[in-house]
Amino acid sequence: MDLSYSAEDIAFRDEVRRFLRDKLPPELAQKVRSHTLLSKDNFERWHAILNERGWLAGNWPKAFGGAEWNAVQRHIFEEECALADAPRIIPFGLHMLGPVLMKFGTKAQQDHYLPRILDGTDWWCQGYSEPEAGSDLASLRTTAVRDGDHYVVNGQKTWTTLGQYANKIFCLVRTDSNVKPQAGISFLLIDMDTPGVEIRPIVLIDGTHEVNEVFLTDVRVPVENLVGEENQGWTIAKYLLTHERTNIAGVGFATAGLAALKRIARAERAGGRPLAENPHFAARIARVEMDLMAMATTNLRVIAAAAAGAAPGVESSMLKIKGTQIRQAINDLTRRAVGPWAMAFPSEAVEGTNLSHPGPDYAGPAAPVYLNYRKISIYGGSNEIQRGIIAKTMLGL
Amino acid sequence: MDFSLTEERRMLADSLRGTLKRGADWSQLAELGVLGALFTEDEGGFGGGGFDIAVVFEELGRAGSTAPILDAGLAGGLLADCCETALVERVIDGTTRPAFAHDEPGNRYDATVRSRASGDTINGAKSMVVSAEVANLLVVSAQDQDGLSLFAVEPGAKGVSLRTVPALSGGQVSEITFDNAPARRIGPSTGAARLIEYRLAAATLALCADALGTMETVKEMTLDYLRTRKQFGRPIGSFQALQHRMADLVIEIEQARSAVINLAGHLGAQPEQRALHVSATKNIVGRTAHLVAEESIQLHGGIAMTESYALGPLARRLIAVDHRFGDEDWHMERFIALRTAS
Ligand SMILES: Cc1cc2nc3c(=O)[nH]c(=O)nc-3n(C[C@H](O)[C@H](O)[C@H](O)COP(=O)(O)OP(=O)(O)OC[C@H]3O[C@@H](n4cnc5c(N)ncnc54)[C@H](O)[C@@H]3O)c2cc1C
Repeated sequence: MDLSYSAEDIAFRDEVRRFLRDKLPPELAQKVRSHTLLSKDNFERWHAILNERGWLAGNWPKAFGGAEWNAVQRHIFEEECALADAPRIIPFGLHMLGPVLMKFGTKAQQDHYLPRILDGTDWWCQGYSEPEAGSDLASLRTTAVRDGDHYVVNGQKTWTTLGQYANKIFCLVRTDSNVKPQAGISFLLIDMDTPGVEIRPIVLIDGTHEVNEVFLTDVRVPVENLVGEENQGWTIAKYLLTHERTNIAGVGFATAGLAALKRIARAERAGGRPLAENPHFAARIARVEMDLMAMATTNLRVIAAAAAGAAPGVESSMLKIKGTQIRQAINDLTRRAVGPWAMAFPSEAVEGTNLSHPGPDYAGPAAPVYLNYRKISIYGGSNEIQRGIIAKTMLGL
Repeated sequence: MDFSLTEERRMLADSLRGTLKRGADWSQLAELGVLGALFTEDEGGFGGGGFDIAVVFEELGRAGSTAPILDAGLAGGLLADCCETALVERVIDGTTRPAFAHDEPGNRYDATVRSRASGDTINGAKSMVVSAEVANLLVVSAQDQDGLSLFAVEPGAKGVSLRTVPALSGGQVSEITFDNAPARRIGPSTGAARLIEYRLAAATLALCADALGTMETVKEMTLDYLRTRKQFGRPIGSFQALQHRMADLVIEIEQARSAVINLAGHLGAQPEQRALHVSATKNIVGRTAHLVAEESIQLHGGIAMTESYALGPLARRLIAVDHRFGDEDWHMERFIALRTAS
């Protein structure tokens, strides 16, 4: 047993650190640190910087313009980026659609779409969920009916993350209603500019607009936008899920969050002392830190197995649950740490105001971020669904 | 032993529930006697006991009302302690709407008052004053030659400035600064600290009862959703994993109800005894409110994350409980200290 990185891994980590020190624009890091929602330009700027270095698509093969990192390198990169407060990489094109096209797409689709993902021409969003199809995704109802060289699409998608920035959406649609639900689904690429596509904002309980509803009314989609075969969509969706779940533990985000929490606990005073020295609060922080130390190793165990060629499996469900619990615990403590300042909630959700928070700089985001991050145990397969997978697949119950 | 409400309290609760459902404004609430129920007969009201407070605020919480009753009751109670009979009458009939400006910036949950008054003016800063924006009278704590004292300040007067933002709980909170603002000293020359202690205990009971009512509503909403939302061809409430979570919530809410009853029953006890119950109840209700907020969101799924669904403001209201009048840890420490001393 050896808990340390190899010499090459350490050299790689140092290289990533140098890169982040030299190339990460401080104003972007500042925005990430203060939990300001990044603009489309902000994300695109960071993507371009990474792309120039050849690091935007760490998981893609070199043949497609990726870095072809192994699981350990990907982990190192993600962790260092999180610790440096780099903007997150928008996953929809890079981590979801890209791998799907490489596996199921035609040569023409690969040649057309993959470069556009790298150079930022296209911003993709994910059109899976529907109002009535959440956990039970296979029950989706949006239909695509063949009409000559086109599919005519009707239905509604929802929860479309950052759809307001996107020009493209990949959708699961129903192409056969006479078979069992999973067998009648297809994977379709849709241009958001097509007539009949209408996007409406959803405001979340922290006041942010990061998700949307997408209405599709008689949207004509060329048949060449079908990925894989007709009715192969479920297989593709399951394949995509395994990619969606990289970095699922979020160790880097948790580590950065814990460091921020400690800074706040040192700045806040309770009973004439720094809050960090209050025995109750110190115990709360210590507990989550211990959990994180153990989870980081669980994560590395899974990563080492993956690097050795094991298929990602039920471990990702474990990491999703533990990872979200720890991140939510850190956000919860951050909210507690700011004490009475959390009472001020100058959120657009409440009054359409853009008033600023009256407390210290760190106080404003604490409650909104806490609220926003309740989502992470709901999306990407809720924690209840993950427990079901563990019970069934891992434990055979 | 009798855990049932008196006939008058039950009637007040029922009519309050009906009125709030129809959407009541401030004067309707005053007319209904909501404010009168917070004051004793000696003070000009018809209630003022722990259970009067608990009944009124459970209904306000159940309805998610943001009417500033708690703040008017808290500040009005201090006015009553200071024998401001005429003002109290106006508080009860709804014409005067006071708020209590006590906490100061950077104090966390300890109220160390640094604001100073001399002669007829006051200087200092107050923090996170709920409902100050809609108040037409401020009761302010400050140090003067006699130590901690209470003052009446007109919020519109020269030298008073408010910086107001929406509150996590609903309603509004303000940062207030007093810069040589005109102030009128009220009440006796000593003993303000004792008056404040009692009125804050009563306000903490009010906040806990409010949270209890909110939890009841959130429970009903969640149950309703579990019964009607279908995934995998059946109501999600038929999944045993969710049934057990819901059952646990109900157990905790009943614990919180008992905690509120404990405090209501000991509001008039000796100060140490009262403080012990304030801390036990606030700790339990804080914990439970947090649990109910998080679990109700999770059990709903994505819809609970949206502002347009009615759960959001209620979940925020529950989370806010722990950020006012001392959080879980603060009350845990105080409980330990009191138990160790006794
Ligand atoms: C902020 C946010 C961003 C999102 N972004 C996207 C996106 O970009 N694209 C996209 O397609 N989707 C997105 N989603 C949707 C997300 O994947 C769904 O919310 C998720 O699948 C859960 O579905 P639901 O919300 O309909 O909840 P439901 O499926 O209705 O679940 C409600 C509750 O029932 C539980 N439950 C359901 N089935 C079972 C079961 N069998 N056993 C036990 N418990 C069960 C759930 O765990 C949950 O607690 C996003 C969601 C959110 C909140």
